[in-house]
Amino acid sequence: MQKTIKYVVYDIIRNRFVMGYTLLLLLLSVSFFWFEADPNKGLLSLLNIILMVIPLVSVIFSTIHFYNSYEFIELLSAQPMSRRTIYFSQFLGLCFSLGMAFLIGVGLPTLIFDGSMRGLTLVSGGLLITLTFVAIAFLASVITKDKAKAIGVALAVWFYLCILYDGMVLMVLVNMADYPMEKASLVFSALNPMDLARILVLMQLDVSALMGITGAVFQNFFSSTWGVFISFVLLLLWVITPVFFGYRIFSKKDL
Amino acid sequence: MMIKFENINKSFGKLEVLQNISLNFEMGQSIAILGPNGSGKTTLIKSLLGMVIPDSGQILFDGKNIKNEFAYRSEIGYMPQIGNYPPNLKIAQLIDMMKDIRKGKKEGIIIDEEIIALFKLEEMYQKPLGTLSGGTKQKVSAALAFLFDPKVLILDEPTAGLDPLASELLKSKILEEKRKGKLIIITSHIMADLEELSTHVVYMQDSRLRLFKEMEALKEEFGEDRLSKIIAQIMQNSKKKTELVK
Repeated sequence: MQKTIKYVVYDIIRNRFVMGYTLLLLLLSVSFFWFEADPNKGLLSLLNIILMVIPLVSVIFSTIHFYNSYEFIELLSAQPMSRRTIYFSQFLGLCFSLGMAFLIGVGLPTLIFDGSMRGLTLVSGGLLITLTFVAIAFLASVITKDKAKAIGVALAVWFYLCILYDGMVLMVLVNMADYPMEKASLVFSALNPMDLARILVLMQLDVSALMGITGAVFQNFFSSTWGVFISFVLLLLWVITPVFFGYRIFSKKDL
Repeated sequence: MMIKFENINKSFGKLEVLQNISLNFEMGQSIAILGPNGSGKTTLIKSLLGMVIPDSGQILFDGKNIKNEFAYRSEIGYMPQIGNYPPNLKIAQLIDMMKDIRKGKKEGIIIDEEIIALFKLEEMYQKPLGTLSGGTKQKVSAALAFLFDPKVLILDEPTAGLDPLASELLKSKILEEKRKGKLIIITSHIMADLEELSTHVVYMQDSRLRLFKEMEALKEEFGEDRLSKIIAQIMQNSKKKTELVK
């Protein structure tokens, strides 16, 4: 498997798009830290950019890459190689490439300008978000038959998780304002990887005071070691679940 | 060693691609799979490679069911109809990768680089695969299919995109492998090539197996020496039949 991953990674890294993506992230993070005197604020601005750009790029690039490597996958499947090896070497190869792009583009400057716990949370959260959306892209790719449909599905999931979901939660919260919704909002945010990552970082930034009682409940939960642990497990589940279902489908798929 | 298809059925949605196909291939045979476009030739080949999974029936390779298996493919060299490879990999890297993958899968692996030499692929070793023309990609596919001296060769339209010289070189290589007693399965629309290369003919139409006969027997039966004429006759007959049924 490592051998195949090696070649998948080699192919992706030489892709100009990934290089451009790395440079863009690097530029964004460096400028945020440079022009913002308060690293707290820099981190916050960076967080908002990351939560929009990274899922979008990861999900689209992975879907396109999956379909572009379709013939290559065919070629491998004619070799003495199991479907499991083929699927996971593609997945891990993409995870590695996009993960490295993120670590160089965002991780490196963050750790240089702000090597604290909050910086580390931002980097690990962003990394898990990258992997989550690669996984979602793979699931979208194996359940569809052509590239356009796969990108459609992938974009729909991105739109839902990044934009629609928060709107829906907000609507519920506003309509149910008469009831105590603090616990419920905790559950809502746990069900969306983006919210999880966002809150994890926000809690490290001590801006929860702006969020009223909900903020206090969040602060209580997400600041405890236990809460952080659970959040990371949930984020990991957001990676593992789509990959696993994707594999189940891929192993029976006609190529 | 032999390959056995037992009552293979496959449909893509409502479209039936293979209906109740049963076939028996043995070592030393060179089989031409013929049929109009969309008659199920490529699907049949892909089901043998495990790329398409039949809805029912089984395929035995050397007596073993190939379902959920992959090790048996170390005995197969496959040349696909369209070879598309990772665009940024160089030819040399692709070949190294294939060697890497096959290493350790089979004991005493033999590397046969004759095709690489014949097609002078070494001169292009440092070219990324994305920049290659269709014909050159076809040459790379051929090189990969023959690289590990497999017992079974599956060639899907091997000469389709090749120039006349390359096509002749490839054909002589196929004949050489045939003489070694390998099992060769070829699909093509170029009758003259098939006449030269194959000992048996499989004819498929409308996702069914219409005919599986030895080349010589076929020629005798039709009293005709040219494969193209025989096939034209078969196609016409079965067309009439389907019209009658309708």
